[in-house]
Amino acid sequence: MPEPSVAAATVHAGSEPSPFGVPSRKLAMWMFIVADAATFAAVLFAYGYVRVANPDWTRPFAVWPSIVNGVVMTVILLTSSLTMIAAVLAAQAERRAVAVRWLGATMALGAMFAALHLREWIAMIGEGWRLFRNPLGGTPLVGATFFSITGLHLLHVVSGVVVIGVIALGYRKSRFDAGHLETTGLYWHFVDLVWMFVFPLIYLLNVR
Amino acid sequence: MTHTTAHPPAHAQRQSFLRKHVFSVDHKVIGRQYLDLALVAVVTGMVLSWLMRFHLGWPDTPVPLLGKLAPTGAAGGVMTPEYYLELMTMHGTIMVFFVLTTAPFAGFGNYFLPIHVGAEDMAFPRINMMSFWVTLLAFLVLVAAFFVGDGPPLSGWTAYAPLSAVGKDAGPGQGSGQTLWAISIGIFCIAQLLGSLNFIATTLDLRTKGMSLARLPYATWAWFVTAVIALVAFAVLLPACILLILDRVAGTSFFIPGGLVISDRLQPHMGGSPLLWQHLFWFFGHPEVYVAILPGFGIISQILPVFARKPLLGPRVFIACLVAIAFLSYTVWGHHMFLSGMNPFSATLFSVPTLVITIPAAIITLLWIGTVYGARLRLTSASLFALGFVSVFVSGGISGFFLAQPSTDIYLHGTYFVVAHFHFVMGVAAMFGIFAGTYFWFPKMFGRMMSETLGKWHFWLTFIGVYCIFMPMHYLGLAGNVRRYSAFTDDYLQPLIPLHRFITIAALFTGAVQLIFLFNLIRSRLRGPKAADNPWEATTLEWSTSSPPPHDNFGGRRPTVAYGPNEYGVAGPAGRDYVMQAAAQ
Repeated sequence: MPEPSVAAATVHAGSEPSPFGVPSRKLAMWMFIVADAATFAAVLFAYGYVRVANPDWTRPFAVWPSIVNGVVMTVILLTSSLTMIAAVLAAQAERRAVAVRWLGATMALGAMFAALHLREWIAMIGEGWRLFRNPLGGTPLVGATFFSITGLHLLHVVSGVVVIGVIALGYRKSRFDAGHLETTGLYWHFVDLVWMFVFPLIYLLNVR
Repeated sequence: MTHTTAHPPAHAQRQSFLRKHVFSVDHKVIGRQYLDLALVAVVTGMVLSWLMRFHLGWPDTPVPLLGKLAPTGAAGGVMTPEYYLELMTMHGTIMVFFVLTTAPFAGFGNYFLPIHVGAEDMAFPRINMMSFWVTLLAFLVLVAAFFVGDGPPLSGWTAYAPLSAVGKDAGPGQGSGQTLWAISIGIFCIAQLLGSLNFIATTLDLRTKGMSLARLPYATWAWFVTAVIALVAFAVLLPACILLILDRVAGTSFFIPGGLVISDRLQPHMGGSPLLWQHLFWFFGHPEVYVAILPGFGIISQILPVFARKPLLGPRVFIACLVAIAFLSYTVWGHHMFLSGMNPFSATLFSVPTLVITIPAAIITLLWIGTVYGARLRLTSASLFALGFVSVFVSGGISGFFLAQPSTDIYLHGTYFVVAHFHFVMGVAAMFGIFAGTYFWFPKMFGRMMSETLGKWHFWLTFIGVYCIFMPMHYLGLAGNVRRYSAFTDDYLQPLIPLHRFITIAALFTGAVQLIFLFNLIRSRLRGPKAADNPWEATTLEWSTSSPPPHDNFGGRRPTVAYGPNEYGVAGPAGRDYVMQAAAQ
């Protein structure tokens, strides 16, 4: 049987090479992403299902401020993916201080995203939106799907910021290496990618 | 690019009692903990089924002590219809999640997958330990439903909405009991996700030198494929449970339609869909059936060649069929919903892959039969249960053809025909896989042999018993006996009561027979004759190490593999008819 040509021999000394040439931690992160994608697919399917089933669906968002706010959030999250890539590249070039700074920038952008999102939430709650109430008079599932799906995403962003912080601290003390940063980056890019589904489906489809 | 190694940490040999036996990161201890949990769960689930069966046969006869245990649900020892449904819900939930998923997949998989691939431990031992403790937490939360408010939920193991979603108004147990159910299953999903990650990473990354994917033992192939199925299936059940909890405690209406009046109260919900719950649940639920049965496939495929002294027929076909089943298992969930008011065109769409998935399953069955065909079979408890597995799987599978057709399913789905089908194909077959695995691996796990005499009594009485229980249920179903009903005393089903009594007697008898197994387990553990390293003359790596294996599985030296797992009936070294995987080339 031909041996895989990928540089897999470095993965585990004394082991058969992994068919994907990735270390276990990275493989596990990919598997986590597969599972998490199924989770988001399930809630977005549920959203589509109840949206189609409810003819009295109301569209809560005005272009100003909601959509503009959402676009700014999108740009911020995309930028944070870029800074994450910069951090990984710096770590792979063994430039620890630079990498930590880029991680800091990523955390700051993530926190900014969360802050803008919470501001939006608070404004909507102020208007009377609840998980079970629609102030515009249509089906209450508008609020239910909005808060639960964006809440699930927000939970991912906030835990991502915390994890990046933990990784950055450990990396500065040389307890972690570039591999840890790369694996964390995978997660962060995935959270970014999910937003690319959530934003159009939850926001853009619901413009008044 | 620098890749770090994620070697399992070498465990210190000297550890405190707690670290070694309770909070252990050793995959073998964790595997045994899973099996112990499953044993507690299966006894609980079986006692619940006894109570149900007794009530079905003798609806008015009080059960001793039951009146004291459940003063509201069974005052004076005669259970109410609601209490029957509570028992049914808990029986199904405990059996599916904490027995059929926990024992063959998490239990045996944890113990033997790392040894099969020649690793010292799982890829992530701490996550592995966590997944067991999270599973235990889920079990405790579920059992707590017996002791809160008005008892456990009554919406079945499928927790159909809106019954499961509306809360207290829907009946006893639909208050805090149902909430605990949803929390428990949500927690269980997290445990399974962690476990599946570990299984996949270990299989792909921790294989010892020479253990190519083609040389993986078949049980490990099955656990690996099962982990891939479980990874996506439980990831969908988790958000479904969260949405259900939101419906129950936060006032949302995902699964509750508007205008619903329950217990004379208009429910404050609108816009949701009960069918949405069924879609999400069965998208998990059907793959879950394969999570329960595929480890059995692997265990049987590993055991039959050992006792037939012949290689497994078509090993590559077997693996291809496993993968095909895994893929198809995601496309058939709608066949649970033919009766739910789905569009009839959808029913056709789901019927076709349901019939297609029988093809790889049938091929695998033929491979087993072809393997034992013409063999000088060594009849042991393990091989008898393996053959019994094939028998009950075929019996349960054949009724599946009738249920895969929407036209016949619409008549049969609400009847005992379905009860017979899934108990055979999923419940009893998976249990036989667990029994076969236990008799096969007990010597390796505990260093002592089980009693073969008791094992064979256990097999024959159980085998006859389960056919006496479940075969007549097909007839009940065809006669129109609806399922999920507590008693049939006053209607057209009266003439079927004697048959129900026969089934009840068979169930009590078969349950009592399991005491032989329990006795055998305990006695062999303490007094069984010492087991050799390779008592069955098998090839896979667990038989190359001592019984029980040392802490790091191979005594500090990982084996090198030069042969596949299927080298039976060959001219091996020292006049043997087999070559072990770790044999020198």
